[in-house]
Amino acid sequence: MSVALASQVGAVARRSVTRTVRQPASAIPPLIFPVALMAVNAGGLKASTLLPGFPTHSFLAFALAVPFIQGALFSTMNAGTDLARDIQTGFLNRLSLTSMRGSALLTGQLAGIVALGLVQAMFYVSVGLVTGVDFHSGAAGIVVLLAFAGVVSLGFGALGCFMALRTGSGESIQGLFPMLFVFLFISSMNTPRNLIGVGWFRWAATANPVSYLIECVRSLIITGWDGQALALGFGVAAVIAVVSLALSVWALQQRLAR
Amino acid sequence: MELDNSIQVEQLVRDFKALRAVDGIDLHVDPGEIYGFLGPNGAGKSTTVLMLTTLLPPTSGTARVAGHDVVHEGPKVRAAIGAALQEAALDPLLTGRDHLRLQATLQGIPKTERRSRCQELLDRVGLTDAADRKVRGYSGGMKRRLDLALALVHRPRIVFLDEPTTGLDIQRRTALWNEVARLARDEGVTVFLTTQYLEEADVLADRVGIIDHGHIVAEGTPAALKAEIGRPSVHATPTADNEAGRIATVLGRFGEPVAGATRDIAVRLNDGTAGLAEVVRALDSEGLVVANLELQQPTLDDVFLAKTGRSLEGAGEEEEEVEPAGAQRR
Repeated sequence: MSVALASQVGAVARRSVTRTVRQPASAIPPLIFPVALMAVNAGGLKASTLLPGFPTHSFLAFALAVPFIQGALFSTMNAGTDLARDIQTGFLNRLSLTSMRGSALLTGQLAGIVALGLVQAMFYVSVGLVTGVDFHSGAAGIVVLLAFAGVVSLGFGALGCFMALRTGSGESIQGLFPMLFVFLFISSMNTPRNLIGVGWFRWAATANPVSYLIECVRSLIITGWDGQALALGFGVAAVIAVVSLALSVWALQQRLAR
Repeated sequence: MELDNSIQVEQLVRDFKALRAVDGIDLHVDPGEIYGFLGPNGAGKSTTVLMLTTLLPPTSGTARVAGHDVVHEGPKVRAAIGAALQEAALDPLLTGRDHLRLQATLQGIPKTERRSRCQELLDRVGLTDAADRKVRGYSGGMKRRLDLALALVHRPRIVFLDEPTTGLDIQRRTALWNEVARLARDEGVTVFLTTQYLEEADVLADRVGIIDHGHIVAEGTPAALKAEIGRPSVHATPTADNEAGRIATVLGRFGEPVAGATRDIAVRLNDGTAGLAEVVRALDSEGLVVANLELQQPTLDDVFLAKTGRSLEGAGEEEEEVEPAGAQRR
């Protein structure tokens, strides 16, 4: 990457982070809401740990994986909404009139989202440590977990950018958010897949890529080093990232066909 | 080698589905010239600017800005131009200084120069005191001034200003006119300025192009365009409303009626300035007293009226400027 391009990427990323920091109303919910939902679930579903074959005695440790993915979904919405606003207000026109390359816009925007995703992930890790969750993969596992959170944020952030570039509307992005949330709820977020009793639900959870993202995080927390879970998780996250990035690049080229 | 700061447009067309927003316009703007592009809302001014700034591809025709084709040499065009588009597209969460820093970085201004360049522009547009405030607290005038500063960050050779003074009070408007005039005079910047304000075009522009329904209906220096109309008009304000009819009858002998202020009766004099004395005598001989009698030289609005049959003031209110929501969308 040339110095000029790195400088452009840095400037766009800094703006992305600055925007988030300066509007607590959009920065705080991605931190608080997933933790609050986890607390509710951990209280209500604690008895699940008594099921034969449940992988841990601590439902909190089991549920801690969910905020990581839920936070990434917020990244989708934030990235998409910010970019859509830039399109609606003409700010993207302003950026387009500079000598900035299209790749710098996308990379910078996503760098900001990944940075915020990492901050979120560190917050969830801290919450886990404070509440006594034992990370079975140790300190190295936490590092891997943060790296995974970065890849997931990148993938979902790119998806948000793609949707923004296609629709050009923040309202459309927000309308899509509940749909993305459905993927979370029909995953293995609350119950291990092998313990889901309802056939169609188990099938849906197995087909749902979000399950593998959650299970990757979960394995680092409650299992230790599970090569299969890590491979599946990183594999799914990488596919989401690559596909979303490709779609975003294409959509940006369409929009900036200048 | 001398850099080309001109704008050359030939048969430029832009269609939006069934609607032709710009219909085969030709124009030429010389280096260092201030070109006023005058027309009502919906005439095609902003669409033309979007094409010349490479944000919207033409349907057909050619345009060369700074010697580069807007379709095939977009990056070279963008490197040479600065633009303040119709809506000041600013991020409400960033400060004025943040905006300038971002723009300077993206325009490739060396790091060592960025800070001084930003400060210089803040000083020039009078935003130094507000530089570290978020833009969401700026007034409309402050946003327009920041917009202008952003357009100038990289010292462009050609500047496009799309209705830059809309919403500004007269003091701010005059300050912006002075800055635009200074840019052309002192720095040799070519300025392409769209406006709905006759006075703005009259005061500022070296030459004016008048556009209506996508066509350029007149082009020339303001003085030459007004000279085309030639004859001045006389405007009489009755002392009493019931005398308006009689005054109109008398004035009607000296020329054809034209639009005037609400209570005024106005005619364009067949004999030019020489006819004024006859008008005074005729009113006197009929025993008519007027509150005010005024000789007015032709304005650009008269030019517009002569060319289109409509007055520019208020023309186009029934029409909306055809401008895609996301201008980049092709």
